[in-house]
Amino acid sequence: MSEGERPQRQRVVLAHRRGARMVRTRIEVQEQTQVGDALVRGLVRAQLGLALRLGAVVVFAVAGIVVLNRAAPDLMVFGMRLNWLLLAVLAYPLLYGVGRLYVRLAEQGEKDFVRVVDSEP
Amino acid sequence: MSGSPLTAAALLAAAVATIVIGSWGVRLSRTTSDFLVASRSVGPRWNAAAISGEYLSAASFLGVAGLIAKYGADALWYPVGFTAGYLGLLLFVAAPLRRSGAYTVPDFAEFRLGSARLRKVAMLVVVIICVFYLAPQYQGAGLALKTLLGMPVWTGPLLVGAIVITNVVGGGMRSITFVQAFQYWLKLTAIAIPALALLGLFVTDRGDLGGPLPPSVDRETTVQIETDIVVQVVDPSGIRVTGELDGNAVRDATFGTPGEHTLGAGTSLTLAAGAATPVVAGTPGTGREWISSGGGLGGDHPLYQVISIIVATFLGTMGLPHVLVRFYTNRDGRAARRTALAVIALLSLFYLFPVLLGVFSRLYVPQLLITGTADAAVLLAPGSAIGGVFGQLLAALVAAGAIAAFLATSSGLLVSIAGALATDVMRGRVRDFRVAAVIGGLIPIPLSLLVADIELSRTVGLAFAVAASTLCPLLVLGIWWRGLTAAGAAAGLAVGGLVCGGAVLVAITGGVDETVLGGWPAVMVGYPAAVSVPVAFATMIMVSRFTRAAPDVAQVFARMHVPERLGMGVERLPES
Repeated sequence: MSEGERPQRQRVVLAHRRGARMVRTRIEVQEQTQVGDALVRGLVRAQLGLALRLGAVVVFAVAGIVVLNRAAPDLMVFGMRLNWLLLAVLAYPLLYGVGRLYVRLAEQGEKDFVRVVDSEP
Repeated sequence: MSGSPLTAAALLAAAVATIVIGSWGVRLSRTTSDFLVASRSVGPRWNAAAISGEYLSAASFLGVAGLIAKYGADALWYPVGFTAGYLGLLLFVAAPLRRSGAYTVPDFAEFRLGSARLRKVAMLVVVIICVFYLAPQYQGAGLALKTLLGMPVWTGPLLVGAIVITNVVGGGMRSITFVQAFQYWLKLTAIAIPALALLGLFVTDRGDLGGPLPPSVDRETTVQIETDIVVQVVDPSGIRVTGELDGNAVRDATFGTPGEHTLGAGTSLTLAAGAATPVVAGTPGTGREWISSGGGLGGDHPLYQVISIIVATFLGTMGLPHVLVRFYTNRDGRAARRTALAVIALLSLFYLFPVLLGVFSRLYVPQLLITGTADAAVLLAPGSAIGGVFGQLLAALVAAGAIAAFLATSSGLLVSIAGALATDVMRGRVRDFRVAAVIGGLIPIPLSLLVADIELSRTVGLAFAVAASTLCPLLVLGIWWRGLTAAGAAAGLAVGGLVCGGAVLVAITGGVDETVLGGWPAVMVGYPAAVSVPVAFATMIMVSRFTRAAPDVAQVFARMHVPERLGMGVERLPES
């Protein structure tokens, strides 16, 4: 903690009301009640949507590379042929970047899900 | 060609290191869980190195460079696809598959769809994919030992088979995790140092890669032709032929005219310094054709070939049983995702170097393009381009990397075969696992000797196509679509497996005549994925629509997708 900062004020209450609720919503997910099932469906839909969107980015990029290589086979960029630059060098950072973004967003989605399940209604 | 003692020593060292590290793991292996999934306790870093070590097979280590030397720009899609496959795996499969708690792919099929019969079908598919994949590894081992040490072709499969069976029988998954992680770093070193050495040579002495002429040799070179072959000659000056040319016995003759010529086995070519190298017919002869995209990989319909390679490699990885089985060894779904991401990084680093080696092989040892065994390019290029003691050291290093490539991938495949057979055909005890490993390791040996003369990367590409048309739709639809039924999944596996597996069998036993029906049957058999993958997905969806889904699908979906923190996961293990 740096010098200028003070510890944040905390409200102290007698009992944590969250505990009881948390167990109840968790059980709803575990026992597959209507509420629990709806929550899981929402999670699956969100994660699938995320994966499909990022998958589409890669598909468009790949289609773009194929089309570009056919349309301009002799284009030079930075002293290298564009087709070699794209496929031998730039494709890999693209794949890693998309993967990294996915891991971040998917973990975020899961955190949100756990928060909804554990939160007060 | 006889090998130097240095190369033999390097091969021996890599093999001995594999066995020693493997036996270190043996002491830790006790239970069936150790053997199948290393008791699910492997961290993302070890796991990513192990997955990469296992995945970078002979096809990546030798095949990619060979294909690039031979075909140029369009072959670059293979390494991109081999890496992109992990992105597909990460996006659609990694975390839910781990959370399912299954320990093999057939076990996942039973967990998801509750059908013991489907489990048997999936087991059969797993074994078929692994055998298709194991055969080219053994084939590559035979090629490498023949090229490096002049040993007969059948010794490679026998030696690699014996080492791999010993390791897998000894310690199962626990043991091979260490071995494979070690082998990733060995392979990276073994390919990076020669590639960088050649890069240094290129920087001091820039050659012309994209010029109008074919690659040329810089000193007088003699090439022995070992099997009958058709070559394309662009510029016949400076080349003398002794042996059989276009069906006639000749002695010290010239090709006469540019164009395609047939050379018989036992013929020798002498290229004068500066002579343009002939290339195997159907591959780009001039630098300009080689460096441009759109030439394909031999044969007609290059655009279809490229699309089919993209489909097979992007989707095939998520159906490879030996890769999937490693994801079960993660601690949880989150670790599975992180492992997949780390694998993408490790592969991206690795694939820079085979591309460089392929390019420089064309420039500095173009005589390899004549014989058709471009797979040997990586093995021979550093030694012949650099020469001297340093060149010999590089050659020995590459040889060690190649043997590591065969051993790592073969061990992984064998664990998958043994896991599937032991738990689904036998009773799942440690002894059954060992018996299954011996059987599974022996089957591909005869197959590898029968495989016709195709490049390693293409045979492996065909195994990817089978995986993409069978297990990939099973996993993707099983994880994301509630409507999938056991009947639909079984139908899809059968149709995808038959269409694609049939094409692969035709392709590796000789292929189809390229003149029939405008070349479409030939190219579809050689590159089946663009057809068989959509067919498999469509079959699974259609048949599922007409059958009834399992009643407890909601429970199964919750287990696959809800984070472990909520305490819904159940680890499955075989009853024994």
